[in-house]
Amino acid sequence: MIMKGQSMKIVVLIKQVPDTAEERTLVPATGWLDRDAADNVVDEINERALEVALRVKDADKSTEVVVLAMGPDEATKAIRKALSMGADSGIHVLDGGLAGSDAARTAAVLAAALRGTSADVILAGNESTDGRGGVVPAMIAEHLGLPLVGGLNAVELVGAAGSGKVSGERSGDSGSLQVTAALPAVVTVTERTAEARFPNFKGILTAKRKPVATLTLADLDVAVTVAHAVVVSHSERPAREAGRKIEDDGTAGTQLASYLFENRLV
Amino acid sequence: MNEQTAEQLAMVEMVRDFAATAMAPHTAAWDEEKHFPVDVLAQAGSLGMGGIYVGEEYGGSGLSRVDALLIFEELAAVDPTIAAYISIHNMVAWMIDAFGNQEQRAAWLPGITAMTELSSYCLSEPGVGSDAAAITTRAVRDGDHYVINGTKQFISGAGSSAWYLVMVRTADKGARGITAVVVPAEAQGLSFGANEKKMGWRAQPTRQVVFQDVRIPVGNRLGEEGDGFGIAMKGLNGGRVNIGACSLGGGRAALEKSIAYLKERQAFGGPLIEKQHLLFEIAQMATDLELSRTMLIRAAQALDSGAPDTVKLCAMAKLVATDAGFQVANQALQLHGGYGYLSEYGLEKLVRDLRVHQILEGSNEIMRLIIGRLAVER
Repeated sequence: MIMKGQSMKIVVLIKQVPDTAEERTLVPATGWLDRDAADNVVDEINERALEVALRVKDADKSTEVVVLAMGPDEATKAIRKALSMGADSGIHVLDGGLAGSDAARTAAVLAAALRGTSADVILAGNESTDGRGGVVPAMIAEHLGLPLVGGLNAVELVGAAGSGKVSGERSGDSGSLQVTAALPAVVTVTERTAEARFPNFKGILTAKRKPVATLTLADLDVAVTVAHAVVVSHSERPAREAGRKIEDDGTAGTQLASYLFENRLV
Repeated sequence: MNEQTAEQLAMVEMVRDFAATAMAPHTAAWDEEKHFPVDVLAQAGSLGMGGIYVGEEYGGSGLSRVDALLIFEELAAVDPTIAAYISIHNMVAWMIDAFGNQEQRAAWLPGITAMTELSSYCLSEPGVGSDAAAITTRAVRDGDHYVINGTKQFISGAGSSAWYLVMVRTADKGARGITAVVVPAEAQGLSFGANEKKMGWRAQPTRQVVFQDVRIPVGNRLGEEGDGFGIAMKGLNGGRVNIGACSLGGGRAALEKSIAYLKERQAFGGPLIEKQHLLFEIAQMATDLELSRTMLIRAAQALDSGAPDTVKLCAMAKLVATDAGFQVANQALQLHGGYGYLSEYGLEKLVRDLRVHQILEGSNEIMRLIIGRLAVER
């Protein structure tokens, strides 16, 4: 690992996704996301990951926060948003050959992009609101040989290169775990971490002056592989059927109870 | 008229998100409980809304008047009352930035732009409104101090503000005898009337500000003695555009609610929107608001460039936009029928809030007076 000064370098992975407030659809021919169907925004869970990084920077101004996104041209907008919130610089992996990448390929490409950054911490959301695979950060950790400290509800990052550590709380089915790992590490957060800040006007105006490096596949040491996971078929969610209405003729209670009983709901 | 830049779109998006999360869930309660949300104002300040077109040196955002217009429209689409208070606060912040000396700006602007220290604009008096040159609150020089006596009326933020920008009479020379001074809330002899009970704008306090032998250092004077009327009027040019933008935002919200309601509401065998006379109402409302937006952008551009017809354009934009905002809100209430009259639907609050925009920052009759005099002079 490269030794640096005392300041911590955090790379936050961000993904542009369709706004969850709108109707999201797939392109029938490919089964890929229809990016024109809804507004594309920075995934909220990534904004929370960025918030974790920015709070470290609030406490120690020497912290460097970089955002990394892989996506089409307009993912620039997501990077600008992150820069306006306070990230220092951006890396945009932009290559037509990446369209339709599956999680494995995405992780390989992102890991290749991360190798050059000498990050102390790689921060991400635990799963995106579109694909919801939740596997990319773990795959990146595997590629880079780093520990994965995943699914944290609260994160504490201390120290710098060589001596730093990450600790936090993770909820499990039967309780919560306190987890700790030495840095560098891949860390993912849940929606229970702090709400992301709004960018202020000054941040919005300075965002365009911050550096964004664009990398193509040719710039990265990563093999061109086909997607192993492909959408074979998909169908629209069936329309919701009207529920059964029980008119109360004095026996509604009994009818309700037997409905629940028959459907094994009690 | 002019395409919004990527930065303007990002600013609008941020203000919309802020208003939706920090304001929208609470506006009805703030109105009902007459709660002035100073914590939310401080949050707005941290985002740069306390000194939108104040220079960056002391915490301002250094944006243009056109940018400010977009910001106030978005805030007012959620709550005209809060948007309008922020507009008044920005007017004061700009006046201090534009007419204050280095020392005054360094002392007052950081807290004001952060909105941790709120400000009030004090011109009207119990007996003096539209005839602003006739104010009687008097400041008498006593060595290195002024001693102020008098009462200011209808003061937004009074009692909560840290700073009061007050127009006082220093000489019996009409408009040329008026001076602008800044009075801190803790000044001895400064007191406030009761929070006025009013039709709208209930989430911001309106009180009398009473000066009884209030002593302030001469160093609290903005500009020279006699400059006050000009400073007050220059502040109001921008204030008029901002309050017009607040009417535009409130009107837009009323229009959007109406369109949604008419599409959904079924009567006489179909959705109401299929009734052409109602569609025509929507058309008129949309046109009036777009006309207002156009006038406001022209006025804001005139302010930004220092155009010679700024006063006229600001007065016209204020007249058009505040009349349109109220009429659209009132029509939207009508389109909602009985539901419009219920507080729950938010229409009656828009009507109540937007009504006062036709009265303040120079009544719309005064706007006609300004426009008419400028039209016939020479």
